[in-house]
Amino acid sequence: MIKVSGVTKRYGKSVVVDGVSLELASGGITAIVGANGAGKSTLLSMIARLLGSDAGTISVGGLDVTNTDSRELARELAILRQSNDVPSRITVHDLVSFGRFPHNGGRMSAHDREVIDQAIEWMDLTALRDRFLDEMSGGQRQRAFVAMVLAQDTRYLLLDEPLNNLDVAHSQGMLMTLRRAADELGKTVVIVVHDINYASCWADQIVAMKDGRVVEVGTPHQIVRAELLRDVFDVDMEIGECAGCPIAYFYMPAMGAANEMRAVATAGSKVGAFTAAQQRRSA
Amino acid sequence: MTTAATAPTKRRAADQPASWVGGLVALLVLAVVSLFVGVQDLSVRDLFSGLSEGQQLVLMVSRIPRTVAVLLAGASLAMAGLLMQLLVRNRYVEPSTVGTTESASVGVLVMTLFFPGSPVPVKMLVAVVTALLGTWLFIRIIRSLPPKAPVVAVPLVGIMLSGVIAAGTTYVAYANDLLQALNTWMAGDFAGVLAGRYELLWLLAVVGAVVWVFADRFTVASLGKDMATGLGLNYKQTVNLGLALVAVASGITLVVVGAIPFVGLIVPNLISMWLGDNLRRNIGWSALFGAGFVLVCDLLARTINFPYEVPVGTISGVLGGVVFLFLLLSGRMPTR
Repeated sequence: MIKVSGVTKRYGKSVVVDGVSLELASGGITAIVGANGAGKSTLLSMIARLLGSDAGTISVGGLDVTNTDSRELARELAILRQSNDVPSRITVHDLVSFGRFPHNGGRMSAHDREVIDQAIEWMDLTALRDRFLDEMSGGQRQRAFVAMVLAQDTRYLLLDEPLNNLDVAHSQGMLMTLRRAADELGKTVVIVVHDINYASCWADQIVAMKDGRVVEVGTPHQIVRAELLRDVFDVDMEIGECAGCPIAYFYMPAMGAANEMRAVATAGSKVGAFTAAQQRRSA
Repeated sequence: MTTAATAPTKRRAADQPASWVGGLVALLVLAVVSLFVGVQDLSVRDLFSGLSEGQQLVLMVSRIPRTVAVLLAGASLAMAGLLMQLLVRNRYVEPSTVGTTESASVGVLVMTLFFPGSPVPVKMLVAVVTALLGTWLFIRIIRSLPPKAPVVAVPLVGIMLSGVIAAGTTYVAYANDLLQALNTWMAGDFAGVLAGRYELLWLLAVVGAVVWVFADRFTVASLGKDMATGLGLNYKQTVNLGLALVAVASGITLVVVGAIPFVGLIVPNLISMWLGDNLRRNIGWSALFGAGFVLVCDLLARTINFPYEVPVGTISGVLGGVVFLFLLLSGRMPTR
C-alpha cells in the first residue's frame, strides 16, 4: 500500500502539492491525471523519494520513504521520471542490466539475466539490445528506460508519462505489459498520463488532481464524467463509450463551447470551419 | 532473432581475449622499444650478450623506472579523464581543463614556499588536498549553471577557473622568484624519473583498483541523479568518491611527472565512441590506450630532437590537440 498523508511541496511561495493525503491499495493500475502544473509529477517524485516534501509523510509497502535505506527502497519501488537525459553511451542491454543493481550490486546471477532478457522482450527491444541509447529514437529510448525499471522487478512501479514518445502500437504494448505486471505478477503500478482516455481504458483507478490537490479518486466510470473533467481540466468534453470504457472527446471543443466560439470566430478561420463541420454532422 | 544474434559481434570484439592479448602485446612492444631508446647505447642484442655495468645501471635506474612511470601515468590520466567525464556528464572535461591540475600545483607551490625541505610524499599529500579543493570549487560553480546551459559552458567555466588559479600561482611564483621551478613541475616530463624518485606513482595503481571495484556504481551515477537514486545508489557519495579519486590521481601525477594535457580528454572520447560508457567494459581499454598514447608521446619526446629531450607535455599537447580537433570536426562530439 502507498500511503501519502498531508504532503506539501513548495517552491518559494508557490505551492505545487498542497496537503495531499492518499491511500493506494496494493495491486492494479492507478493513473494520476490532471492539467499541466497540477502537481502529478511532483507527487510521484516525492513518493519515489527523488524529491523531499516540505510537510507530511509517505510510506510505500510500509517503508517510510524519507528514512528507509535507498537501496532497500529500490528493491521495493521503481521509478521512471518523465524526461530522462542520459548523455552516456550505454547499450540497451547494459541499461536494463542496471535495473538489477539494487539486487546484485553489479554481480549478475543466472536469475538476473533471465529477468533482464524478459524485460527486453516485453519492451520489444530484442533486436536493439546491443544498440547504444544515443543511436536510438526517442520512443525506443523510452522503452529501454521502462525495460530497466521492469527489470528492477519491484512490487511498486511508478512511471511518469510512460507513453512519452511512443507510437500507437508501442503505447498499446506498453499498457498491455503494465496490465500483465499488475494482473499476473500482482504489482502495484502508478502512472501519470495526460491522455485521460488511456487512463479510462487501462487503469483500475484514477486519481484526478488540480492545483496541487486531489480532486477525486475513483474508477474510470466515476472520474471520466463531463462535470468532473470540466472541473479538473477547465474544458468541456463530451463523454462517449468504447468497449465499456468512458471516452472523453477532447480533440474538438464540445458543442456548448463550440457555439460560444462561433460567436467570435470569423468565417473561414479554423474554428469557424470545424464548428460548421460539426453542425453538418449533427444535422 | 538473427539480428539479435549477429548485432553483438562488433561490440563484443573488445571483450574477446584475443583483442586483449593483441592490445597488451602492442603495448609491450612499445614498452620494450622505450627501454632501448636513449642517449646511452643499449640494444636488445646487448641484453643477450651481457650488459656492461654502466648499461645495467642505465636500465635499472633510468629506463625501466621511466617506462613504468609512463605506463602508470598514462593509464591513470586516461582513467581519471574518463571518470570525470562520466560523473560531470560532460564529454569536454578532464582534470587539466577544470582546474584540478592547477589546484594541485597550488599545493606544490605552497610547500616549496613555506616548507622547502619537506619530503615528496608530504608535498604530494598537500597537492592532493588542494586538487580536491579545486575540484570541489569547480563542481560548486557548475552546479549553479542553468540546467539548459550549452554543453560547452562546463568546460569553459573549467578553463576560466584554471586560468584564474594559474594566474595566482604564476604571480606568487614570480614574486618569490620561483617561476622557473613552477614551470618545471607543470611541464610534464619523464626525464627526471629515476629509481627512488617515482615509486609513489604506484599509488596510481591503487587508485585504478578502487575505480575498478566501484566501476558499476560510477556507471550508474553517470545515468543522472534521479535514475541513480531510483536504482538505490547513494548518488552524492558516489560522485564525491569518484571525483576524489580523480583529484588523487591528478595530484600524484602532477607532483611526480607534471601535467600531460589531452590524454584525459581524447582517450576517453575515442574509447566511448568505440565501446560506450559502461565503465566495467571500457576502463581496461582506456588504461591501455592512455598508457600507449603517453608512451608514444614520450618516445617522440626523446627522439624528435635527439640527443636532447622535448617535454612530453609539449608532444601530448600537439598530438592530442590535433586528435581533439579531428574529433571536433568529425561531428561526433556531442553538441548539446
